[in-house]
This record gives sequence, C-alpha cells and structure tokens, in this order.
Amino acid sequence: MSELKNISSLDSLPLGEMSDRTEWVIDKNLIPILNQVLDPEIPVLTILDMGVVRSAIIKDDEVIVKITPTYSGCPAMDVIGEDIIIAFKNEGYNAKVELVLSPAWTTDWITEKGRRSLEGYGIAPPLDAIADKEVLLGGKKLVKCTNCGSTNTKLVSQFGSTACKALFKCSDCQEPFDYFKCL
Amino acid sequence: MKNNNLYKYILSIADNTLILGQRLGELCGHGPSLETDIACTNISLDMLGQARNYYQYAAKVKGGNTTEDDIAFLRKEHEYLNVLLVEQPNTDFGYIMARQFLFDVYHLLFLQELQKSKDQTLSAISNKAIKEVSYHYRFSSDWIKRLGDGTKESHQRTQNAVDDLWTYTDELFHQTETDKAMINDGIGVDTLKFKSEYYERANKVLEEATLEIPESRYFQKGGKQGMHTEHLGHLLSDLQYIQRAYPNMKW
Repeated sequence: MSELKNISSLDSLPLGEMSDRTEWVIDKNLIPILNQVLDPEIPVLTILDMGVVRSAIIKDDEVIVKITPTYSGCPAMDVIGEDIIIAFKNEGYNAKVELVLSPAWTTDWITEKGRRSLEGYGIAPPLDAIADKEVLLGGKKLVKCTNCGSTNTKLVSQFGSTACKALFKCSDCQEPFDYFKCL
Repeated sequence: MKNNNLYKYILSIADNTLILGQRLGELCGHGPSLETDIACTNISLDMLGQARNYYQYAAKVKGGNTTEDDIAFLRKEHEYLNVLLVEQPNTDFGYIMARQFLFDVYHLLFLQELQKSKDQTLSAISNKAIKEVSYHYRFSSDWIKRLGDGTKESHQRTQNAVDDLWTYTDELFHQTETDKAMINDGIGVDTLKFKSEYYERANKVLEEATLEIPESRYFQKGGKQGMHTEHLGHLLSDLQYIQRAYPNMKW
C-alpha cells in the first residue's frame, strides 16, 4: 500500500481541484517525453492515448504531472507514476507526479489513435455508453471481433484479465478477445 | 483530534470497502469457476482501491505521521467501523453473491448521495467509485437472478443466504452520533432518505429471482460502534499478519 504515496504525495489532496477544465494544460515541450511512457498493462498505449494525463507543466525547474486513475484500484498507476519520473529524469528533469480523482476518468478520454492501437493489439475499444449497456446487459451483438471483424460475438464474462476489460468470444472464428469496458 | 468526527466518518465508509474487498480477495484461486473467480477478485481490487483513497484522506485528516497503512493494518478489531454484513464469511457462491448484492444496492445509493457532500475529497472519491460500483451491482444482481431462478438447489441455497443476511441490512441505515454530526455539517449522507428505496430495489430483484422476501423483523447491528461478529477477528488475523509479524515491512 505504501508505494503510491511516493508518487501521489498526500499534498495532492483535495482531489477535487481539477474540476475546472481550463487547468488541464499539457506543456507542448513535454509531450515527446510523456509519449515515451506506456501503459504497463497495455504496452501499445501511451499514457497520453489513455487520457490519464490531466496536466503537465514546468514550474520552478520542476515538472509537475497530474494523472488520474482509470479505476480506483488500478495497480498500473503506481508503475505509471514511477515511469513518468524515470522518463523525465532521463531527459534531465526533476518530476513530481500527483494523483487527481476528480473529474473521474472516462473511456471517452482515450484518443482516436489510442482506440486504433487497442484494436490492433487485440482489445476491442469501448463502444458508446448506450451501446455498451446493450451489449453487457441486453446481449446485443455490437462488439467487433479483433481477429476477424465479425460482430457475431458474445460476452463470456463481465470481468476480464484487468479491471477495465470484459471477456468476449467470437462465434464465427471462435477466438476469445478482450473488450475495453465503457466507464 | 479536531476533526475526530470526520476521521471516524471516513473510516466507517472505508472499512466497509476494505473488509468486503478482503473477503472477495480470499476467493482468489478459489472461485467456483474461472470467470467468477476473476470477477470477484476484480471487484475486490476496486474496493481496495477505493479503501486506499479513503484511508489516504483519513491519514491526512488525522495528521502527524499516520499513514494509510497504519490505519488499514494496525487497528484493533473494535476500532474497525464496518457494518456486520460485509464481514460475514464466504460459504457457498449463493451466499457470497447475496452478501454482495445486499451491499451493492446500498453502496450505489450511498455513493450517489456522497457525491453531493460538501467535502470535496469525499465527493471526488465517490464520483470515481460509483462508476465501478455500478458494474458490481450488475454482476451481483445478475447472479441473484440466475441462482434464484436457476436449479432447485441454487434457488434453495440463495434463499437461505438471503434469509440469513437480511438480518444485517437494517444496520446499513443505523446512524451513529458521528453520522448525525456529519449529516448536520453537510458532509455525511442521510441514509434514512433512501432506506425505502433500498428495500424497493432489493425486493424487485429478489422477486425477479423468484426468491421470497424475508419477513423477519429481527435485525442485528453493532459494527459501526466496533462491536463485531466473531468472524471479523479471523479475517483481521489474515489481513494484518504481515504487519504484525514483521512491523513496518514494505513491498
């Protein structure tokens, strides 16, 4: 439990401070460095593709990066925080990472490039919220198989290998695959 | 402590998620099927993540050198403020799902209200948690219907579980002095506001599941004051083992 404190020092609370979207500033010069940091669970996605970086600025010779967790218990956040610090250190910056919870992360923040990367990696990207509900609750066939492209697919389990995924199976090519749940 | 009420209030929320998270975590590798095993441990992870957010905040409120780990691992049994429902042991899958369902219905309604709290941090945590909990609710209510309206055996077991656990539902709405003080300050949730909605929602799913709604009027409480059933001590001996055996040990 203690690891996260290193990256998300309790000073970052209250967690509601990011509610104003105008504060979501990412310094252009920092983008190439942020793009080196990948999601440890889904290594084709950068943290910018995931939409977990809320802001990144340089202040008094220090880089301050604010990230938001995908799920409250996402173990990847610890690693991401450490990876950010290392990536900046390699480029000669001291970085501090803070965790913000509000506004809560949503799958809508995954970029278009991120969605394509997910699909290429074998994870079906999230549908919109209404379609997602129809699939997970109503058993509608809308999720596209990442192997053959058929939508003749079925939900095997609402929970998959990580908190953010559900397990699907294609009824045409018989391949199992992950679906990134709408959140 | 200046903010003693707030501190205790945070713990009463956090302990529910820690203890139920631990119960579900016990199923890792022991679920009845691979999918349900993974689902229960996923839900456990969400709940432990939520618990961490609350404990980090509680540690800040308490001040000094207190850490989230101290609060999670180093309290005595009577200092845990979770409701009795969440500490009930894992028996069969029907029982596990009934416990989860009866808590999830409450948890959703509770977080909905907590989002409106004047306390920014609690509001932010609940804003995040509620999205996760709606998945938990889907999962547990689906299983209640499948098991209740399943085979004769699954129906009977689930009915027994609901009958057993019903006695712990009233405590969800019991308000301690701390709760009342926090409600007055606009920080806490007035659970009585959604008590009837809780039973309406729960009853509706139970009916769909062809299960009978228990008629028992006998309810047990005490967890919120630190008076627990015999099961919590055993759970804690597992949960706290590493920190007790190797104090200050870190990963």
